[in-house]
Amino acid sequence: MKFGVLALQGDFREHRISLEKLGADVTEVRLPAHLDGLSGLIIPGGESTAIGKLMVAYKLLEPIRQFGKTHAIWGTCAGAILLAKNVGKDQPLLGLMDITIQRNAFGRQIDSFEIDLPVPFLTPPQPDYQLTFIRGPIITEVHGNARPLLSLPDGRIIAAQQGKLLATSFHPELTEDLRFHQYFMELAQSGYAD
Amino acid sequence: MTQEKNGFGVKKGLAEMLKGGVIMDVVTADQAKIAEDAGAVAVMALERVPADIRAMGGIARMSDPELVLKIMEAVSIPVMAKCRIGHFVEAQILESLGVDYIDESEVLTPADEAYHINKHAFKVPFVCGCKNLGEALRRIGEGAAMMRTKGEPGTGDVVEAVRHARTVYSQIRHLQSLPLEEVMTFAKDNQAPYELCLQVRELGNLPVVNFAAGGIATPADAALMMQLGVDGIFVGSGIFKSGDPVKRAEAIVKATTHYNEPGILAEVSRNLGEAMVGRSATQLPENEKMSDRGW
Repeated sequence: MKFGVLALQGDFREHRISLEKLGADVTEVRLPAHLDGLSGLIIPGGESTAIGKLMVAYKLLEPIRQFGKTHAIWGTCAGAILLAKNVGKDQPLLGLMDITIQRNAFGRQIDSFEIDLPVPFLTPPQPDYQLTFIRGPIITEVHGNARPLLSLPDGRIIAAQQGKLLATSFHPELTEDLRFHQYFMELAQSGYAD
Repeated sequence: MTQEKNGFGVKKGLAEMLKGGVIMDVVTADQAKIAEDAGAVAVMALERVPADIRAMGGIARMSDPELVLKIMEAVSIPVMAKCRIGHFVEAQILESLGVDYIDESEVLTPADEAYHINKHAFKVPFVCGCKNLGEALRRIGEGAAMMRTKGEPGTGDVVEAVRHARTVYSQIRHLQSLPLEEVMTFAKDNQAPYELCLQVRELGNLPVVNFAAGGIATPADAALMMQLGVDGIFVGSGIFKSGDPVKRAEAIVKATTHYNEPGILAEVSRNLGEAMVGRSATQLPENEKMSDRGW
């Protein structure tokens, strides 16, 4: 299966490596034509304002919105922000998911952290998954067709899913643990409709 | 459930998120907004850009905390700030302000002629400059979580950044080709920590993100550095010392993303107005070279 990683800015190389380890054929997406023939797309971590600006400049917003109506898209951190309908700030967004996101919700870089948590929907569900939050966002509201997928022990939502669309506040691509990428690849192949 | 704050993973992790992006020097909150709107992934808050530091002479120090705080308030992207080489109290002050990265920078006048800061002692991550692999690994050994070439700041001449990037990557390729028994002598010859030499040999790359800095003035300069293998770009004087900063900033951002597409590079390079005036880095008198600061 062929997957794309949006390669305008950010840690797209790490996503590419993770997908390739799972046997996927991976294309870097910088222009609309690069979406052709993909089964799914990952929008990586990075700066959401910079990625959004480049999506506008290279006319990627509308093609990715159309792609997301029938295909799987996973956004990590900045990617999750770009998938949201509302982030409380005027910046270019895909607005594909019925979620509200608060950017830099934990604070500045000195508040960045790693935490090991159980993630029951992964295969296998054990051991705990190392979640890395870097100036990370949280999902403050989940409505419409979206549903919360994972929360911190204090209840704050850090992952949500809406059909084949997946948003995570954290960075599975920075770990060697491939279970989240496996989950996304299976989601892309599933008959799950929005 | 175990939680770790400020480990090396998250320090290095922020630099991973900046890859493929442009970090711009700014001296006011307004410039910081312009940089963010142009697509910068972070800004470097300082009182004077390197070209003005050169022109004015005297001692260059950490910026006024008031200015740094104003810039932090103005933008949602990460804010970096510079401290002098070895000036760990300036670094403590910047950390207490909550800046996202500290640049222990040769652009400022060094405060210590023998020792750099012990960067492991801080929660905030550091970026440092290097001219070669040995220098990069010494800084990483001290705790730097991101590297950049030194180049020759404030000149608008890319030649030194090219020299430093070529040197680092050529030394990495050489190290990779060595049999294990030659690595200790490589470490000795390059004054580099042995364990880090082993790591680089295994990875075929530095263990942290490496940007280009020092003399980048055009979209073509940015794409050149990207094609040479760096992970992203710092632009200092090149933007706000040019004729049309907004247009040039946007063009350098686009060139850093599409560094392998000459057609797009040609498009973004059109009608940019005057580039910064610039000085030949190779003809600077020895005492004006910033890249020789640091040990």
